[in-house]
Amino acid sequence: MNRITSLFKTAAESDNDGLLNVYFTAGFPKLDDTITVLTALQDGGADLVEIGMPYSDPVADGETIQHSNDVALENGMSVRILFEQLQGMRDTITVPVLLMGYINPVLQFGIEAFCKKCAEVGVDGLILPDMPMDVYETEYKPLFDAYGILNIFLVTPQTSEKRIRQIDEVGEGFIYTVSSASVTGSQSGVSTNMESYFERLNDMQLKNPRLIGFGIKDHATFSKASQYAAGAIIGSAFIRVLMESNDLVNDIKTFVSEVKNKPLTTVEA
Amino acid sequence: MEAVAEKNSFQVNSRGYYGTFGGAFIPEMLFPNVEELRENYLSILSDPGFQKEYDDLLRHYVGRPTPLYRANRLSEKYKTNIFLKREDLCHTGAHKVNNTIGQILLAKRLGKQRVVAETGAGQHGVATATVCALMNIECIVYMGELDIKRQAPNVARMKMLGAEVRPATCGSKTLKDATNEAMRHWINNPVDTHYIIGSVVGPHPYPDMVARFQSVISEEMRWQLKEQTGKETPDYVVACVGGGSNAAGAFYHFLDEETVKLVAVEAAGLGIDSGHSAATTALGRPGVLHGSRTILMQTEDGQVTEPFSISAGLDYPGIGPQHAHLFASGRGTFLSATDQEAVEAAFELTRLEGIIPALESSHALAVLGRLGAGEDENVILNLSGRGDKDMATYMKYIG
Repeated sequence: MNRITSLFKTAAESDNDGLLNVYFTAGFPKLDDTITVLTALQDGGADLVEIGMPYSDPVADGETIQHSNDVALENGMSVRILFEQLQGMRDTITVPVLLMGYINPVLQFGIEAFCKKCAEVGVDGLILPDMPMDVYETEYKPLFDAYGILNIFLVTPQTSEKRIRQIDEVGEGFIYTVSSASVTGSQSGVSTNMESYFERLNDMQLKNPRLIGFGIKDHATFSKASQYAAGAIIGSAFIRVLMESNDLVNDIKTFVSEVKNKPLTTVEA
Repeated sequence: MEAVAEKNSFQVNSRGYYGTFGGAFIPEMLFPNVEELRENYLSILSDPGFQKEYDDLLRHYVGRPTPLYRANRLSEKYKTNIFLKREDLCHTGAHKVNNTIGQILLAKRLGKQRVVAETGAGQHGVATATVCALMNIECIVYMGELDIKRQAPNVARMKMLGAEVRPATCGSKTLKDATNEAMRHWINNPVDTHYIIGSVVGPHPYPDMVARFQSVISEEMRWQLKEQTGKETPDYVVACVGGGSNAAGAFYHFLDEETVKLVAVEAAGLGIDSGHSAATTALGRPGVLHGSRTILMQTEDGQVTEPFSISAGLDYPGIGPQHAHLFASGRGTFLSATDQEAVEAAFELTRLEGIIPALESSHALAVLGRLGAGEDENVILNLSGRGDKDMATYMKYIG
């Protein structure tokens, strides 16, 4: 079974305080930090990790993630180099790993070559926000399926019920629930409006579990979001930790354990 | 404006594609906005009330029809018959306003209270700020920080018209980044805001919608040419292409007439192989840019590269999906002109005909000698804009 599917299955059957998915940009702050950050996230207690493939024109992202994309590209990061860095990660990394990015670099690498590489290094799923659902269904899904890669779709407060149902039908793994109409990093907290939207989704009895993203930054927002979904996603707030850090490994572990409100020793035990 | 699209093989299909190009490659956050447009634009555009308001404004406010002028001295020089479609005489100084008038009327019908736009040289920004003033709608224009410095007169015009000009401070700080910021603004304000894209780029239905609003150019060309020559179709239609809105409008009613050669002229900058160019079809590959599958300049890794041109309006790393289709299918002929050739062509037109063209349009003028047009043939060149905004550049060439 795909690591993402089995993580959510296990979580659904057990008592937990919510799954934490953390986003970071590959090749940031330094080109060779990718595995360091990934490992520290796992050690700190992240339940799954989303690695951003930097892109020159990330239209769905706010300033913080744009900045990390720019720095990573200046550092020389590319899809090819990322796959080189991830080669062998499954010797130590057991959490599900997703790649998030924009479709053009994936198209240039070649969809099939890309899926094949994902399977080779042990990537479990993809989040490509600007890949249209109809194109995925008609052109790419057979390739994703053949290599066992799950495709994660997004829904927003403006997504119609009909389209949510379609997304639930086509999507796998989990549904990335965008908490508000915004680019990444521009919101904070969980408002009353959001709560009714989350409850509406709950009431729809979707087959896929949901993770809530955008505006999650600390334990309070994480645990609030987790009341309405299987867990939550932190992106910009974590990039800011990386930007300010002088001791990546310790700062990452501390941040994650604080968000989950679990002492590090317990997590590591 | 009339609904000729479906029967026309070079027009958009019902799924939003031109051959393999086009579509709507957008994040889910933009889906409801784009879907609202897609579901409504054809019915709004074909509504008689809308058409009357649009036509009246084009006539009495923009100054249409714009003349089709036979340039006698230019024709003599190139030993053919050259007609200039005078879009430079439109209100605000370029063809851009044909589109912004249409889109502002559409935005009103969709109940939008605010308009956001991107601009490079500032021509589309001015055309947008103009119609927003006319319709009393709030206007925000994103412009690259570098372009704000390079195009001060147009920034002043937008501000005088009441628009808020916001700098795009990321990336290269030019048109591409302004477009990204405008899209982000739309993501953040999905319900009350309409995004007026200035060219035939972006997710479906934008390329088709903008082309329809610009198609008035070729609609007029047909009857004007017939009036003057007895023939409704020319042998050549020549237009410059950045994103390609003036070319899309100039080609629109000739797409299915194989006898009409459609010539698109890209900006070669310092030369196609100089590393400082915006000649997209010469340097680009298929990929996805700003919501559509098209041809774009990019690195091997799929990162969008920075274009270069003396003309801010052609300084864009992609072309509209319909142009990509015209290029790939061979229906269109794609040429390019360097900065130097464009400036020389601008001076030539000015001295022969007393018309100072925009730098963008000068790229089209620069290929007149390369067409191989015969003495009995008719060439229509779309003179998309006037040169007032480019005087600072032109002055550098006056000894």
